[in-house]
Amino acid sequence: MSFTLLKYGLSKGHPVPRALPAETDLKDSYDIVIVGGGGHGLATAYYLAADHGITNVAVLEKGYVGGGNTGRNTTIIRSNYLTPEGVKFYDESVTLYKDLANDFDMNLMYSERGHFTLAHTDSAIRTMRWRAEVNKHMGIESELVLRDELQKMVPELNYSEDVRYPIMGALFHAPGAIARHDAVAWGYGAGAAKRGVHIHQNTEVTGFEITKANGSPQRVTGVHTNRGTIKAGKVIQCVAGMSGVVSDMAGFKLPLKTIPLQACVSQPLKPFLDAIVVSGSLHVYVSQSSRGELVMGGSTDPYGVYMTRSTLDFKEGLMMHMMELLPYIGEVKLLRQWAGMTDMTPDFAPIMGETPVDDYYIDAGWGTWGFKATPVCGKRNAEMLATGKVPETIQPFALQRFHDFKLVGEKGAASVGH
Amino acid sequence: MKIMPCPLNGPRNISEFAYGGEVLDLPAPDCDNETWIDFVYLENNTAGVVREWWYHTPTAYWFIAERDTRTDEILKTYPANEVFKDRVDFAASEAPAAPAAKE
Ligand SMILES: Cc1cc2nc3c(=O)[nH]c(=O)nc-3n(C[C@H](O)[C@H](O)[C@H](O)COP(=O)(O)OP(=O)(O)OC[C@H]3O[C@@H](n4cnc5c(N)ncnc54)[C@H](O)[C@@H]3O)c2cc1C
Repeated sequence: MSFTLLKYGLSKGHPVPRALPAETDLKDSYDIVIVGGGGHGLATAYYLAADHGITNVAVLEKGYVGGGNTGRNTTIIRSNYLTPEGVKFYDESVTLYKDLANDFDMNLMYSERGHFTLAHTDSAIRTMRWRAEVNKHMGIESELVLRDELQKMVPELNYSEDVRYPIMGALFHAPGAIARHDAVAWGYGAGAAKRGVHIHQNTEVTGFEITKANGSPQRVTGVHTNRGTIKAGKVIQCVAGMSGVVSDMAGFKLPLKTIPLQACVSQPLKPFLDAIVVSGSLHVYVSQSSRGELVMGGSTDPYGVYMTRSTLDFKEGLMMHMMELLPYIGEVKLLRQWAGMTDMTPDFAPIMGETPVDDYYIDAGWGTWGFKATPVCGKRNAEMLATGKVPETIQPFALQRFHDFKLVGEKGAASVGH
Repeated sequence: MKIMPCPLNGPRNISEFAYGGEVLDLPAPDCDNETWIDFVYLENNTAGVVREWWYHTPTAYWFIAERDTRTDEILKTYPANEVFKDRVDFAASEAPAAPAAKE
C-alpha cells in the first residue's frame, strides 16, 4: 500500500460524513408517523419534507433502515407492465429515479441495461405482444423481438432447440435498469433527516391507539412502541412482509400473504452480460452487477413463512434453469444467498391509500415488485398525507377494490419479472 | 431438505407436496358478499401456528398440517377426516348448514 494512501486514511481531515444524524428521544407527538424505515417509508418522509414542508414526522423502524426488502431485492427497475393503471404508475417512478442521484447528490449507480422478458411458448409471445401494445399506447419503449433479432441483441444466451424451453423471442424494454438499493434508502433517509424528520431505528411498533364508535374502530390517535407511546395525527404503514401483522394491530385484515423470495449472487466475473434477462417459464432472472456478480433470483417460495432463511431446494431449481440459459456458468461458485419476506396480493398489484381506520393509511402489497415503485410511492403517499386526498394515480390500488370486485390483474407482467 | 410427515406416505421431501391454504370454515352458499370477500380474498396471514391444507402430489392425497409460520416447524399432520367428519352436499338447493370444522 502506498504511503500517501495510508496517510490519507489515518488523517482526521477527511471524516466520513454520517448518513443519518445521531439518535434522539422520541417526541410525545408527531403530525405524521410512518411505520417502517424501508425505501417506501423513507421516501414518504422525504417528499413530505421536500415537497410539502411537513417535518414534524417520525419514521419508526424496528431494525435498521433499509434492512428489509429494500436492502434484499435484485433492483430491477422497469415500467413495461400489463395494465394501463400499472404502466402509468411505474413509469412515473422510472422518471423520478432518473433524477434521484442529482436530488440526493449521491451515486445510486442507476444503470440502464435493457430488460428482456423471454418467451418460450406461443402463449407467452401473445402476452408479450399484448404488453408491448399496452406499453406503446402509454408511451413506453417496449417491443416484441423475435429469436433471430434477439440473438443479435443478447448473444450470451443459449438459443439451442435441444432444451426444455427453447427461446422464441422476448419483450424488449430499453429503459430497464438496475440501481444500488442501499443508496436509495440512505439517500431518502439522509434527505429527510436533513430537513428535520426524525428517523428512529430499533423502534418497533407494537400497537395503536384507536378511538371506537359503536364498538368498531374509528380513528387512530397514537402509536405504541417498545420505547413508549406517542401521539400521532396521521399514520401510514409501510412494512412489506409484516403488513398483515401490523394491520392486525390496527384491527383489519388484508388480502395478502407473506411469502419469502430468495436470491443469490455468484462470485465476481469479468463484465460479459449487459442485459437484464428474465424468463417466466424458467422462473429465473439474472443481471450482472457493477461488481461483476451475477445477481440471480426466481419465484417466491412454495409456501409462506415469517423467516428469511434460504433453502437448497430453491437453489437447485434456480441453477437447473440458469444452466439451461447460460450453460457456461457451470463452474462458477455462489458467493451469497439471502431472502426477504414479500407481501403477495392475489392480483399482483399493490394496496395503497385509505383503510377502514380514519387517518390510518397503507402502502403494502409490494410483493416481489416494489423496489422500482419506491420513488412514486413516496411522492404520492406524501401528497395523500399532506392534502388528505388520494392522488388519482394510486386510486386503482385502493384496498376497497377487493370489496368492489375491481382487481387490477397484473400477474402477467409482475410475476417473476420483478 | 425439509421433511413433511405425510399421514399416508410417511416422511417425504417437502418438494413432493403442494400447499393448499389455511383450513377455513366454508361460508354458507347464500351468505352475503362481504362474507364471501372475506373468505376468498382476505387472509389471516398469521405469524404463529396455523392449520393448513397440504397435498401429496404423487399420491393425490389431501391432509391437514399444523405449522408454526415463525419457525417453519411442522407440529402435527393428520388425515382431513379427523376434522371433516360429515359429507358435504354442495348440490343442496335449500339453505344447507355451513359445514363447520369440528375440533
Ligand atoms: C429477493 C427479492 C428480490 C426482489 N427483487 C425486486 C426487483 O428486482 N425489483 C423490484 O421492483 N422489487 C423487487 N423486490 C421487492 C422489493 O424489494 C420490495 O417490494 C420493496 O423493497 C418494499 O419496500 P418497503 O420499503 O415497502 O419494505 P421494506 O424495505 O421491507 O421495509 C419495511 C420495514 O418495516 C420494518 N418493520 C416491520 N414491522 C415493523 C414494526 N412493527 N415496527 C417498525 N418497523 C417495522 C422492517 O424492519 C423493514 O425495515 C424483491 C424482493 C425480494 C425479497
